[in-house]
Amino acid sequence: MQYSKQVLKHFKNPHNQGNIKNADAIGQAGNLKCGDVMKIYLKIKDNKIKDIKFETLGCAAAIAVSSATTDMIKGKTIDEAKKLTKEKIIKKLGGLPPVKVHCSMLALEALHEAIKKYKS
Amino acid sequence: MNKIYLDYSATTPMDKRVAQAMLPYFCDKFGNASSIHNFGQTAMAGVDKAREQAAKFLNCEPDEIVFTSGATESNNLAITGVIKALLRQDFGGQASKQQRIKNPHIITSSIEHPAILEPCKKLEKEGVEVTYLPVKSNGVVDIEKFKKAIKKNTALVSVMHVNNEVGSIQPIREIGKTIKKINEKKLKDWKKLNPKERGEKPQPIYFHTDATQSVNYLNCDVRWNYVDMLSMSGHKIQGPKGVGVLYVKTDVPIEPLQLGGHQENGVRSGTYNVPAIVGIGKAIELIENRKAKKQGKKKAGAAKSVEANNLKIAKLRNMLVDGIIKNIPNVVLNTDRKNAVPSHANFSFLGVEGESILISLDLEGVAVSTGSACASGKLEASHVLLAMGIKQEIAHSSIRFSLGKYTTEAEIKKVIKILPPIIKKLRRMSPEL
Ligand code: FES
Repeated sequence: MQYSKQVLKHFKNPHNQGNIKNADAIGQAGNLKCGDVMKIYLKIKDNKIKDIKFETLGCAAAIAVSSATTDMIKGKTIDEAKKLTKEKIIKKLGGLPPVKVHCSMLALEALHEAIKKYKS
Repeated sequence: MNKIYLDYSATTPMDKRVAQAMLPYFCDKFGNASSIHNFGQTAMAGVDKAREQAAKFLNCEPDEIVFTSGATESNNLAITGVIKALLRQDFGGQASKQQRIKNPHIITSSIEHPAILEPCKKLEKEGVEVTYLPVKSNGVVDIEKFKKAIKKNTALVSVMHVNNEVGSIQPIREIGKTIKKINEKKLKDWKKLNPKERGEKPQPIYFHTDATQSVNYLNCDVRWNYVDMLSMSGHKIQGPKGVGVLYVKTDVPIEPLQLGGHQENGVRSGTYNVPAIVGIGKAIELIENRKAKKQGKKKAGAAKSVEANNLKIAKLRNMLVDGIIKNIPNVVLNTDRKNAVPSHANFSFLGVEGESILISLDLEGVAVSTGSACASGKLEASHVLLAMGIKQEIAHSSIRFSLGKYTTEAEIKKVIKILPPIIKKLRRMSPEL
């Protein structure tokens, strides 16, 4: 198993790491399989994701995925954000080892959860 | 960047003297050791020497040494080979009629290497009974539980000498002694019976130990430990990869797993891997010499394990442990230092995932391993830590440091400096739960 350069780069210096005090929506997802947790904080204005932050307890892939995903979503509309797929995230990261593909789902689940909460 | 290797439990760098001993056997002394001509005999002389080196170290006869491709094969051969020999009706030669047994029972431990557990599970599917002994919270098999697990049809016991993940030392000598007593009593009772009615001799229990992790540090004398079979590996003892030893006591029935040219008395067919065999012999000899030098000639036994190399590594390990505990809050030491070899320190850094620690350390040039589910391929936490009663989330944050022959004080000091900011950074990233 080997991580791509992009994965290691994101892991070393993750973007959008932290939390948002007065977030408009928070989503959390847990990976029951290996015991990892990810939390996403959204700041939304005019249907646009103005700011996004994450907190992750997980492997290097999970942290890199969190960083890349938040990068890809920042500034997008909610509808655009919903269209993000795990394939796109994995591509952005220059690939993930097969056993780590499920980590990319973690970020999407947390995102979808946050959006759902915001809408209701 | 100077790299720091603290994963000796995974593999060790080869001693240069071992490499040197191997070199002539690649190009010059290339013969097939089974050939009768001079080329073959020159190669065979190398194999013979290694066999003697191994036999001396284990205190057994040279023809009780079987060279294999490594500890995995040794373990598979010991478990499956013995059970198959006991089950097989038409197994000629070694397994006499008396030794046949219908429903053999195996006792092993829940913290064995997969190279023991997997063959046991496979035999279980084929109808063989297997007991997996639990361990105490310090990772040591409870000898009383072992005694209770013995049944009338117990035919094979396999308990590792030292656990590879936490370094815990298993009471193999006590287990061996217990088995010996039972075997002797069975035979004595049998002899008292009327020769016409007593039937076949009773089936003895055979005892195997996987000594892969102990050779560097503990006394592996097979007589002193009362073992019938013992596995070891070349690359864990500053020797080459792809070679191992299985000691098999003369009277233990064993069926080969691979058939062919009848090498190793038919127990293990396959062209002799001469350079590697020469290498493992040399690696064993270097350990033997080191141990002998320190203790003088006088005593075998426990004293053999206390020697300078162990003390040096134990000192470095303790320095690492103390440094980590002093500089990082919320850590758990999973290695019970009183019952472990000096090389291991298995820690849990609560609130952080192990693989992310491993990768962070790797980016700084430090090599360790983890029992986290995330790093396992199967996404399952270490079966050893779980068997010790450690919670899933604590196993999730475990890191194994394993030190060895070439570890230095400067390296340990550097790790103690590098580690705290890594843990701090990763902890900051974690959500509050
Ligand atoms: S978070 Fe567990 S494997 Fe990635």
